[in-house]
Amino acid sequence: MEKQKVQIDHKDTVIKIRGLKKSFEDYAVLRGIDLDLYQGENLVVLGRSGTGKSVLIKLISGLLTPDRGTIEVLGKDVTKISDKELQELRIRIGFSFQNSALYDSMTVRKNLEFPLVRNRKNITRAEIDTAVETVLDAVGLSQTINQMPAELSGGQRKRIGIARTLILNPEIMLYDEPTAGLDPITCIEINDLINEVQQRYKTSSIIITHDLTCAKTTGDRIAMLLDGQFQRIGTFEEVFNTNDERVKPFFDYNFIQ
Amino acid sequence: MDTVNETSASGNAKRSGFKYRLGVFFADIYKIHLFIVRFFKEAFVPPFEFKEVIRQCYEVGVRSFTLITVTGFIVGLIFTKQSRPSLATFGANSWLPSLVSIAIMRALAPLVTALIASGKVGSSIGAELGSMRVTEQIDAMEVSGTKPFKFLVCTRVLATTITIPLLATYTAFIGLLGGYLNVSMYEGTSYTTFMQQVFQPLVYLDFTAALIKSTVFGFTIGIVGCYQGYYSTKGTEGVGKAANGAVVTAMFLVFIEEIVIVQIVNNFR
Repeated sequence: MEKQKVQIDHKDTVIKIRGLKKSFEDYAVLRGIDLDLYQGENLVVLGRSGTGKSVLIKLISGLLTPDRGTIEVLGKDVTKISDKELQELRIRIGFSFQNSALYDSMTVRKNLEFPLVRNRKNITRAEIDTAVETVLDAVGLSQTINQMPAELSGGQRKRIGIARTLILNPEIMLYDEPTAGLDPITCIEINDLINEVQQRYKTSSIIITHDLTCAKTTGDRIAMLLDGQFQRIGTFEEVFNTNDERVKPFFDYNFIQ
Repeated sequence: MDTVNETSASGNAKRSGFKYRLGVFFADIYKIHLFIVRFFKEAFVPPFEFKEVIRQCYEVGVRSFTLITVTGFIVGLIFTKQSRPSLATFGANSWLPSLVSIAIMRALAPLVTALIASGKVGSSIGAELGSMRVTEQIDAMEVSGTKPFKFLVCTRVLATTITIPLLATYTAFIGLLGGYLNVSMYEGTSYTTFMQQVFQPLVYLDFTAALIKSTVFGFTIGIVGCYQGYYSTKGTEGVGKAANGAVVTAMFLVFIEEIVIVQIVNNFR
C-alpha cells in the first residue's frame, strides 16, 4: 500500500537528542548522537547489526542510561527526571519490541488489558473491553482475543505487541526491528500497519530496522547510523544517492542489484 | 588474526583467574545486598499488589502441595520406623511419639519443606523471571508504566515468605500422621494418646522457632529465585542457569541458616 502524505509539524520537536554517548565496557556504541523527531513524523534509523540502533531507543525510553548527552522527550529530559516522572512519561511512549515481548502466561486479552489496568485506576470493565476490541480491530486480529501468545504466528505476535502499546494512546511510537524474522508478505502488512498507526493515532515514530523496504515504505526521513554516529539524515533518496562505500552495499544488498 | 586470538586468549585467562572470580563473587554479594534493600524499600510502600501476592501464594502452595504431602508423610513414617530399634534396646518405645514430635517440629518439617520448595518453587521463579528477562517481557512491563520489581519480585518474595511457614506447619502435621501410622501399627496406640504424647515435650519456643525458621527459609527461597531470574543473561542458556542457580544457592543457604538459627534458639532454651 502506498504511504499517504501526512502532516509533519517541523516546529514541534517531540524528541530532541544532543551529544548522546553510550559505551558498554570498552566499546563505544554511540559516539555523539544528535537527532530531532518532529510531531507526526516517521523517522527510520538504519544501520548494521550491533551499531547501537536498539540501544538508542532503549535510551530514549529510559531503559538504559547514557554516559553523556541529553534526551528530551515531549519536553522532559529523561536523564534528569525522577522515577515517577519517567513512569508517567513512559505511558505516553509506545515501545514495540523486536520479539514482541508478549506476556507468555497471559491471553491476548490479558496482555492488552495489562497496561490499561495498571495505569488507569478508575477505568470500568466496559471501558477496558471497548479499548481492547478497538486496538485489536485496528491491528486486524479480533479473532485472537482468547488465544495464548504461544498459539500466534510471528506476524500476529508483532501486531498484538503493537496493539498493546496502542491501548494507552501513545504520542510517540518506538519500533524495534518490526519486520525482523517475518516473511515478505507479513513484512508488507506490518509496514502498512505502521503507516496506519501514524495516520490513525497521529503518532510520531522512530523505526529501527535494517530492512530497506520497511525504511522506504514507512519512513518520512531516514537516519543512517554508522560508526556510532548519524552519517546521513534525509529522505530515502537523499540518503542513498551517494557513493559512500559504507552506505552503497546496504542498498545494493537489500534491492539485489 | 594471531594477534586477535592472543588478545582474546589473555582476556579469557584474566576472566577465569582467581582474582577475577573473587571480584565477581564480591560484586555478586554486593548486588544481592542491593537487591534485598530494594525489596524492603519497594514492598512496603503503596500501591500494594495484594491481588498478585495472593495469586502468587496460591501458585507457591499449589506447586509444592502434592510433593510436600508425600514427602512429609514418608519422612514421618521412615523416621519413626528407623528410630524404633534404638529406643527398643532401652525399652523406651513409649517415648517414640515424643522423639518424633521433637524431631519433626524442631528440624524436619521446616527443613524438608524448604528443600522441596527450593526445588519446586525456587527453580520455577528463577526460570520464569529469567525467561521474562531474556524475552524482554520485563522491559515491556517497565516501558508500559509498571514497576516490574514491585510487581514481579516483591510479590513473589512476599508469597514465599508467607506460604512456606504455612506449608511447613502442614508438613509437620502430615509427618506426625506418618509417625502415627507406624506407631499404631506396631504398638496399637490410639490417635488421642499419640497426639497427647506428641505435644507433651513441645514448648512454645519450638513452635516459634519453627515458624521463624520457615519464614527465613521462605524469604531466602524467594529472594534467591527472583535474583537469579531477574538478572538472568545470555538467552536460553541463562534461563537454565537461573533455574539451576536458584535451587543450588537456596538449598545451600537454607542449610547455613538452619545451623545459625539452631545455635541462636538453643541459647534461649
